[in-house]
Amino acid sequence: MRTRERWTFLAAAVLLVVVLPALNALPQGSPFRVSNFTLNLFGKYLTYAILALGIDLIWGYAGVLSLGHGVFFGLGAYAMGMHLMLEIGAKGVYQNVLPDFMVWNRVTELPLFWRPFKSALFTLLAVVLVPGIVAAVFGFLTFRSRIRGVYFSIITQALALCAWLTFNRNTMNLGGTNGLSGFKTMFGFPLNEASTQRGLYVATALCLCGAYVLCRWIVRSPAGRVLVAIRDSETRVLFCGYSPAAFKLFVFTVSAALAGVAGALYVGQVGIITPARIGVLPSIEMIIWVAVGGRGTLIGPVVGAFGVNWLQSLLTTHYPDLWILALGGMFVAVVLFVPDGIVGTAQKLMARFGGAKTPEAAAARSEEAKAVEMTSR
Amino acid sequence: MFIRLLLALALLPGLTAPAAAQGATSSPAPEIVKAIAEVASSDAAVQEGAAVALGKTGDRTLLPLLEALREGSVYVRSLPGGKKETVIVGDKVNEGDKTLVPLFTAYGREPIRSADGKPLLADLSKLQEVPTGRSLRLVLRPLIDAFSGTTQLADPDWTVRQAAAVKMGNGGDAGALPALTDALAKEKDRWVRYAIEEAIALIQLKSGSPAERVNAATRLGALGGGDALDRLRELANAADAPPALKQAAADAVKRVERWSLLTQTIQVMFQGVSLSSILLLMALGLAIIFGLMGVINMAHGELMALGAYATYVTQGWFQGHAPGFFGYYFLVALPLSFLVAGAAGFALERGVIRFLYGRPLETLLLTWGISLMIQQGLRLWFGAANVDVISPTWLSGGLPVMVGIQLPYNRLFIIGLATVAVAAMYLLLFKTDAGLRVRAVTQNRGMAACLGVRSRRVDALTFALGAGLAGIAGCALTQIGNVGPELGQNYIVDSFMVVVTGGVGKLLGTILAALGIGGLNKIIEPGFGAVFGKVAILVVVIVFIQRRPSGLFAAKGRYADS
Repeated sequence: MRTRERWTFLAAAVLLVVVLPALNALPQGSPFRVSNFTLNLFGKYLTYAILALGIDLIWGYAGVLSLGHGVFFGLGAYAMGMHLMLEIGAKGVYQNVLPDFMVWNRVTELPLFWRPFKSALFTLLAVVLVPGIVAAVFGFLTFRSRIRGVYFSIITQALALCAWLTFNRNTMNLGGTNGLSGFKTMFGFPLNEASTQRGLYVATALCLCGAYVLCRWIVRSPAGRVLVAIRDSETRVLFCGYSPAAFKLFVFTVSAALAGVAGALYVGQVGIITPARIGVLPSIEMIIWVAVGGRGTLIGPVVGAFGVNWLQSLLTTHYPDLWILALGGMFVAVVLFVPDGIVGTAQKLMARFGGAKTPEAAAARSEEAKAVEMTSR
Repeated sequence: MFIRLLLALALLPGLTAPAAAQGATSSPAPEIVKAIAEVASSDAAVQEGAAVALGKTGDRTLLPLLEALREGSVYVRSLPGGKKETVIVGDKVNEGDKTLVPLFTAYGREPIRSADGKPLLADLSKLQEVPTGRSLRLVLRPLIDAFSGTTQLADPDWTVRQAAAVKMGNGGDAGALPALTDALAKEKDRWVRYAIEEAIALIQLKSGSPAERVNAATRLGALGGGDALDRLRELANAADAPPALKQAAADAVKRVERWSLLTQTIQVMFQGVSLSSILLLMALGLAIIFGLMGVINMAHGELMALGAYATYVTQGWFQGHAPGFFGYYFLVALPLSFLVAGAAGFALERGVIRFLYGRPLETLLLTWGISLMIQQGLRLWFGAANVDVISPTWLSGGLPVMVGIQLPYNRLFIIGLATVAVAAMYLLLFKTDAGLRVRAVTQNRGMAACLGVRSRRVDALTFALGAGLAGIAGCALTQIGNVGPELGQNYIVDSFMVVVTGGVGKLLGTILAALGIGGLNKIIEPGFGAVFGKVAILVVVIVFIQRRPSGLFAAKGRYADS
């Protein structure tokens, strides 16, 4: 990293990982104290930011628009949720070792696919591996047959619809419409205590920093350059002797695994996961975070995830009817007027007026122009 | 109503005390007079015997009395000369501490008037109530049913006649047999005759002589209707049934099952075709827009919803302003929904989409945003709940084709509409100059523009046309499903699957893909349920695309990849 960027990153990381939790740990009544609610809300936004980073990797850099990332988020969340359900043990409403909803549905013994989730280690692996493997299989089948562009988007949207329908079914033994909730402890720590939540928050913030470093490493590597080349002209990359399918598959899998991690962290902090979080609408909402923040930059998705969700919290509390209109308007406005998003536009403006050299932004602009030229018929 | 009117003329001087006799009079036969008196008896056996006697007369004038008897509103009043009279009382009126009731005659339920012609009010406490025990109610019910059934069997509407026959058959009351046999002799309609025959056989199967029962079982097997299946199965497995009857029932079960297998297959095929034609109507618009401009229109479902709401508004207008022409509202709504959705599509293309050509993913997001806004707009304007669209009478009901199969008119209409739409699109695209220009722009935009085709105008009009087709699809959907703000979302993913499978801008591919996906949906559904049906279709589409990445009919040559 260049020096200035490194310092910015470190400052942001310290703020998120150390300062905010420390302020939260201040005694009650202190004027600088960050409330548990605010910290929890921030933690939720941070999980969204991890998810958005993954989406940016596949969309902003490789140019593949996936409308099914809610599924990968959900797979990670359900994997963690299943472990937390089993941790409740016999302390549930029905005093049964089985999760309450199973007792209610008259399931007498734990379904086979639930059993491995008793192990914390397995769960931690599954959070990454299950979405990763699903994405790898799905990606292999689609990229191999050169499904690209809007075709890929539509197929992934159908995937989101199917996943939503499937997870809604009671017979899947995943809690149906109500999903998984009522968790008590996470790896032995009681979830309703402020210290546990603080710990979870720190873990989330660390994961976000890790995800950022990972994405940066991928993007800056030679493979990252190939990804951008695929975005700009897949056919040329193919003719140059590279296999676009392999690169896309790799980055799609990484992106899904990041979404899974985000989902697992989300469940611990929000305390519930339902099929409503993995359907068509939430999947496409995730795209707007990246678009608003600025795709093709790594700061953009984080900014977008915070900004859009903060706006959503604000609007849904005060003007619930307006939120959907605002969301739709955001899609239109971003696509028409600020295609580079907040961060991309800011970088451009800085390049023009501030005199500071940001080759990334300049390159992004010329690439964008080239992409338009290439794809227009 | 008609009967009441007749009764109003038939006033009865023999029974009503101060009878203001007008018009035609028909006094009841002496045995009826006797039975009416006996019905009020305190002896339950005499009462029931009289009720049955009244029922046997088949005289419809007596129906109100039987109904009143069941409700417990029959009383006996003493006449001045020490005589007693059976009367029906009306709704209670409280006056001071007294409860007054209007009185009606037992024969025909005519208001009893006092000397000055006013309806007579009597003190309820002075009247003697006729007890209605449980056993009397049990006797009364089939009698009343038989009365109403007989009336309905003569109804001018054949669906009412059919329903009455089916009801009588399921009731299985032997008292209904004469009425059914009479009706059968007069009936000309094939499907009502069928229903009556089945009803007769069902009744005989239940309460006929042993020979009649065997005969009835065999006949039911030959008729092949599904209504009798449960009862036949029961008989075939009953331990105490006579062997001949058991055998006949078992044979009949086999025949009925074989027949229902055939009818079910046809039903599934019909449902598949009907779902396909809805998908086709939607996908047609999507496919030409996608083929021409490479634009995935995520707001297509909402354009469809606009068409549906246009139909709803038209229907409301007709209800309010021209109720006499309500049956024709659909003929107005159909072109109107085309225009509304088409205008919205035109505005959409001119307003925003034209700035985004060559950037399909951005267009996808943009149209998604617009779809959210239209959806929320509809929700704010019309409310989040589904609205009711009443089908015109000529679209309700169905066309019976064979035993056990009735094809609903609304679904037939949609199939017809889709066929017409496809034919019109074909003619437009391949037989007109405008279509030639559309095809030229689809193939090579730059070259077409060089040769003088105003490609931007072609874009806008094609987009409007595709949107208008969505509006028609929405209008058609109001006849078979719920109309709500989320209407479009239910079909949008399926119709995208059709476009992806069919290939870009290929009419034939779109048709075949719609038929394939719609049919597959309905074939898988019974076995796996709707949810896994959808999942299975996704899998099938992905596997299919493995073999044919650009859809059923891929473009060949230099346009294949850009």
